[in-house]
Amino acid sequence: MAEDLVLHEPFEEAARQRIAVPFGVWSFLATECLFFGGILLFYAYARWHGGEAFTQGAKEAAVWYGTINTAVLMTSSLTMAIAERATKGGFRVVARWMLGGTLMLGLSFLVIKGFEYRKDVHEHLIPGPGFKFGQGPAAQFWAFYWTATVTHAIHVTIGLGIIARLLWIERRGDLLLHATSAQGGALYWHLVDIVWVVLYPLLYLVGRP
Amino acid sequence: MNSDPTRGGIPERGAEPPSYLREGTTVRSWLTTTDHKRIGILYALAITFFFALGAVAAALIRAELVTPSGDFLTNDEYNQAFTLHGIVMVWFFLVPSIPATLGNFLLPMMIGAKDVAFPRLNLMSWYVFMAGGLLALFAILAGGVDTGWTFYTPFSTLYSNSHVLLAALGVFVVGFSSIATGVNFIATVHLLRARGMTWMRLPLFVWAMYTTSLVMVLATPVLAMSLLLVVAERAFGLPIFDPRSGGDPLLFQHLFWFYSHPAVYIMVLPAFGVVSEIITCEARRRIFGYQFMVYAMVVIAVIGFMVWGHHMFVSGQSAFASMVFSFLSFVIAVPSAIKVFNWTGTLYRGQIRFSAPMLYALGFIGLFTIGGLTGLFLASVPLDVHLTDTYFVVAHFHYIMVGGSVSAFFGGLHFWWPKITGRLYSERLAQFAAISMFFGFNFTFFPQFIMGTMGMPRRYHDYPPEFQPWHVMSSVGALVLGFGYLWPIFYLGWSLFRGERAPANPHGATGLEWQTRSPPPKDNFDRLLVVDQEPYLYHPKESTPDEVEQAHAKQKP
Ligand SMILES: [Cu+2]
Repeated sequence: MAEDLVLHEPFEEAARQRIAVPFGVWSFLATECLFFGGILLFYAYARWHGGEAFTQGAKEAAVWYGTINTAVLMTSSLTMAIAERATKGGFRVVARWMLGGTLMLGLSFLVIKGFEYRKDVHEHLIPGPGFKFGQGPAAQFWAFYWTATVTHAIHVTIGLGIIARLLWIERRGDLLLHATSAQGGALYWHLVDIVWVVLYPLLYLVGRP
Repeated sequence: MNSDPTRGGIPERGAEPPSYLREGTTVRSWLTTTDHKRIGILYALAITFFFALGAVAAALIRAELVTPSGDFLTNDEYNQAFTLHGIVMVWFFLVPSIPATLGNFLLPMMIGAKDVAFPRLNLMSWYVFMAGGLLALFAILAGGVDTGWTFYTPFSTLYSNSHVLLAALGVFVVGFSSIATGVNFIATVHLLRARGMTWMRLPLFVWAMYTTSLVMVLATPVLAMSLLLVVAERAFGLPIFDPRSGGDPLLFQHLFWFYSHPAVYIMVLPAFGVVSEIITCEARRRIFGYQFMVYAMVVIAVIGFMVWGHHMFVSGQSAFASMVFSFLSFVIAVPSAIKVFNWTGTLYRGQIRFSAPMLYALGFIGLFTIGGLTGLFLASVPLDVHLTDTYFVVAHFHYIMVGGSVSAFFGGLHFWWPKITGRLYSERLAQFAAISMFFGFNFTFFPQFIMGTMGMPRRYHDYPPEFQPWHVMSSVGALVLGFGYLWPIFYLGWSLFRGERAPANPHGATGLEWQTRSPPPKDNFDRLLVVDQEPYLYHPKESTPDEVEQAHAKQKP
């Protein structure tokens, strides 16, 4: 494992190079936290001020789609964690299958999300002309819903791109040399999942005892 | 880490690798480079273009303001001119100015590394920067933006008829280049310091880059989200800040200033770093109170996140919030003052050379002090209520950002010019540029303090005639200032082709970046470095009288 590491340009020491990618990704995760922090502040404001009307809007969210998607994404977190460990431990086959599994689960998340969007559109849940509730806090809930979930979906897509790249590296046959890339990718994927874990109750469980 | 040539000097040998400028000379070799030094130069070219663009807008503004009535710009065009000036100068010049150019070039060298931790990410950040720049440029060519650089809602989202989306996207995209640079620098400082380069041996420029990077990584995403929300509301009609759905336009101001106050420190912390390097070298003195200089920067970076509300004293936020923000804004002046006192302390009994970089650095101290002290006026709620949205505010932040950061940027550019290009420039002509910039700057912006206290509001081109003398003074000053900016192009450009070859260490400086050839080879150093000293050993310890020896001298009562 670690002994196979090939030193590349700026690094003089293997120990340093091995932590570089995770270190960089961790710093970037701090960025992501503040990024989503901004929109969560908007949610806090709107829910605090919107009261009952806000909750009324939230009850329209498709809780089944949301729940299934939560399960899908959590499972993908598990497969990703296994893939990362397998890469570290040198188990190529396990790593390949688990990366493939993560990719499939991530894709199904997006597909399910797409069906949910279709249902939302049919039920006139896009704020604007023809919106089910008219102007008011319910519209703010749905403004949050669309902005937050689309932003999250973009993150999922980027994550899938990273996983696809890891799979491609695996096909090339040198995934084990890129163990730190797998670690970085896994960190990012877990962030995407955690963001969803935060969004799920905010979107689907409001006003449902 | 001293100037002794036997330790740092590079023996003249034919076999040594070529300088970084000679490793490939095609355009392609530049556009695909991962060498931090070349990327620094790519950034320098890009921001020079944007600086010129912002300067043209400033020239239009100052020309229009010579007479009290509108002359050649309509109200809309005037709005577009100052918006263009603000957006371009803040995000496409000042934020990347020192970190992306001098920082990229020097940070790895100063810690004895071959490159930044993620060289390809570094190159990518430049392309992201260019993409954002193109979007903003496109917004300008398509007809401009009239919201001011602050994109305040609901005007930006519901009412403005200009190209807000394009400009906001441009700023959004360029933010990711800041974040990439920040992540890269943080990882570089943590992982790539040479053997023996402990945290408390880092040159202050490295500390400045490190603290700036922290602010970049933690503040920029909040700007990204606030612009994303603006885009969501403007492009897709999602009611986020729209009061008709219960939204609050002030939420945007909170998010925006949560980034944009720390952004002031993104612009000025790097200047602190540059000035510390120049002053120690040109006064031949160890920095006064190294540790306090470090802590001051860290404290500024942290408290910088807690003062944003001082931009909103008249917005209707609660009186309690205003009091807290006011108090914290006074608190953050303390570390800034510590830095000014320590630079002054460094000069004490130094052997000062009034070289061009030193003139810029000394100018920085004076202008930054004025900018900082007038900041205290604005941090005080009752005074701010009087001065909000007047030229006093305009003058204040220009003293910090132009008088401070741009002076330091020019100082740093001159100081490291021999290292970057391998050529010497004409010291006389450069001193002249530094002095004209200092005087031009003061002529431009000092009158604005006075008009501001008299009540001249910002962002109007039609103004009562009694302000005209001040505006004329300011516009004439801007001419001198413009000369101060243009003049270096000639002698620096000349030095590129005809300048004398620079030795490895023309200033006799102690930093690691001077212990290699000028210009450096691609790998920066021809040998592995081991650091066994603290920075700025311009005079041996215990060699000076007690009152100068700052280390642990007994205090006299
Ligand atoms: Cu501020």
